[in-house]
Amino acid sequence: MPKSNSNTILQVQQLSIGYKTKKVETVIASAINFELQQGHLIGLVGANGIGKSTLLRTLIGVQPTLSGTVELNQQLLETTSPVELAKQLSIVLTEPLISKNLSVFELVSLGRHPYTNWIGNLSDNDLSIINNALQLVNIMDLKNRRCYELSDGQLQKVMIARALAQDTAIIILDEPTTHLDMYHKAYILKLLQKLTKETGKTILFSSHEIDLAIQLCDTMIVMQQDHVVCEQPCNLIKNGVFETLFPKDLIAFDNNTGSFKVTQ
Amino acid sequence: MSALISMKSNYTYSFIILIALLLLCFVANISLGSISIPFSEVVKGLFSSSDNATWEIIITKVRLPKAINAVMVGSGLGISGLLMQTLFRNPLAGPFVLGISSGASLGVAIVILGSGLFGGLFATLLISKWSIVIAASLGSFLVLLSVLAVSSKIRDTMAILIIGLMFGSITAAVVSVLSYFSSAEQLQQYIFWGFGSLGNLSWEELLIFFGIYALGITLSIASAKSLNALLLGDNYAKSLGLSLKTSRFVIIFATSLIAGTVTAFAGPIAFIGLAIPHLTRQIFKTSNHKILLPAVFLFGAIVMLICDSIAQVPASDYTLPINAITALVGAPVVIWLLVKQRKMMF
Repeated sequence: MPKSNSNTILQVQQLSIGYKTKKVETVIASAINFELQQGHLIGLVGANGIGKSTLLRTLIGVQPTLSGTVELNQQLLETTSPVELAKQLSIVLTEPLISKNLSVFELVSLGRHPYTNWIGNLSDNDLSIINNALQLVNIMDLKNRRCYELSDGQLQKVMIARALAQDTAIIILDEPTTHLDMYHKAYILKLLQKLTKETGKTILFSSHEIDLAIQLCDTMIVMQQDHVVCEQPCNLIKNGVFETLFPKDLIAFDNNTGSFKVTQ
Repeated sequence: MSALISMKSNYTYSFIILIALLLLCFVANISLGSISIPFSEVVKGLFSSSDNATWEIIITKVRLPKAINAVMVGSGLGISGLLMQTLFRNPLAGPFVLGISSGASLGVAIVILGSGLFGGLFATLLISKWSIVIAASLGSFLVLLSVLAVSSKIRDTMAILIIGLMFGSITAAVVSVLSYFSSAEQLQQYIFWGFGSLGNLSWEELLIFFGIYALGITLSIASAKSLNALLLGDNYAKSLGLSLKTSRFVIIFATSLIAGTVTAFAGPIAFIGLAIPHLTRQIFKTSNHKILLPAVFLFGAIVMLICDSIAQVPASDYTLPINAITALVGAPVVIWLLVKQRKMMF
């Protein structure tokens, strides 16, 4: 593991994640260590039920850690106030919106919530950040449309624009490519890559599109039954990490193409 | 309010029309009744003094307080209904989902129906108008306290909804038991309270009503920002730095203040709180609370004024139960809007 350097934005040490009730502690994954660098695109992959969502929920502060630490900009997650956290970390979730009756502009402008006054009035600065977010995601033309009129792919872009408008150093996305066709899966992930390059933001997403992630990510976090690895994709391939990701009876990882093939 | 309205210029016309409509309904409401007073005289009576002394007394002592009451009841119920529908993400929620009206009903039922148990002279003392207002306030306040106490312990917003319904069931059951042991007159009196009434409020009573109502409305306006964040869902709202517990508390508290006092002074008026938010969303086609709050305020007041004008049956001595009129007039409108647009706005 590389030692912590000045570009580290998120640092996870000896983290245990899972659920805790009064009596029972259900550990889903433990001894997780990784560091995320500023301006990187990071893909989080692993089999179903391995704890990707739990890890993300822990990182965004929805779920308490069982043990270990998460540091955001050298500050412990649990000591960061909600408003402070909202200015450093924004999210895109898979859960559906409660109301799709807002216009795209209204929805994206909700990203300015941590910065606006008590009634939520948008300043000129807020407006220019919102417009910039719409432009970055290339949805200026959707600005006045209602969210219920949008396709899944368009809605995903709107949600990404909303996270951008929140103006945070990190954006975390939970499976941003579900419900999308092949083209839009690639489109969204390519867009995320472009955003890290153009804005210097750190973007962490969970996904089942392992082959796309290998091609686009700077770093990948691979969750497996007993351990979690965080490395550059080429090193992960070299070390044969993907070959042990799934049971071998149906699919096998092809090192040459960097993708999974159905075994004959 | 003007700051809220100026948010969106394309809504400005709608708001100007609504405000004009509100003023028209207000004057019409005062003008119509068992004795009708010409519009010009109503306006004169409101701003200076009318030439006709009887009309002036009718206007200032009876009809003006009633019209103001109608505005507060309609707007208050509409706004508290909107708050509950957004908080519980449930289009079936209304101001009374938390059991506030059942609490008030229980208080009133104990005073009216339970008076037999206290016996003779004491009973007649109990059933004055103030005792009913106080009993209703106490009843809704106690239910409010229980719901707030429970809600601070519970993380899931939906559980609070169920608990509110349970409180409602318990109080309804107690009322049934009390009714079983009551005389016919007592039952009739209780049922009459249940019809709701906008009249018979003195200026002092209106002032008390207004004080609590204004506090509730202020808290609602202050909640507009968090209500909009809640439209994204709890997790998104939290990620925006919103404290779910605090904003939930403020929203429930505001609703309870408004719905509690409305029930205390005007009886359990059921329909407005559920219907007005839907009506407003269908017409304004938005779920942005900075638009919805003032719009619901205006629609609630207008619909209540119209319903009251109908309920007092112009040029007759009859006054129909306001609770029946609100549903008779309002329900077809909501059905028509939903059928016409084929899509529920939420």
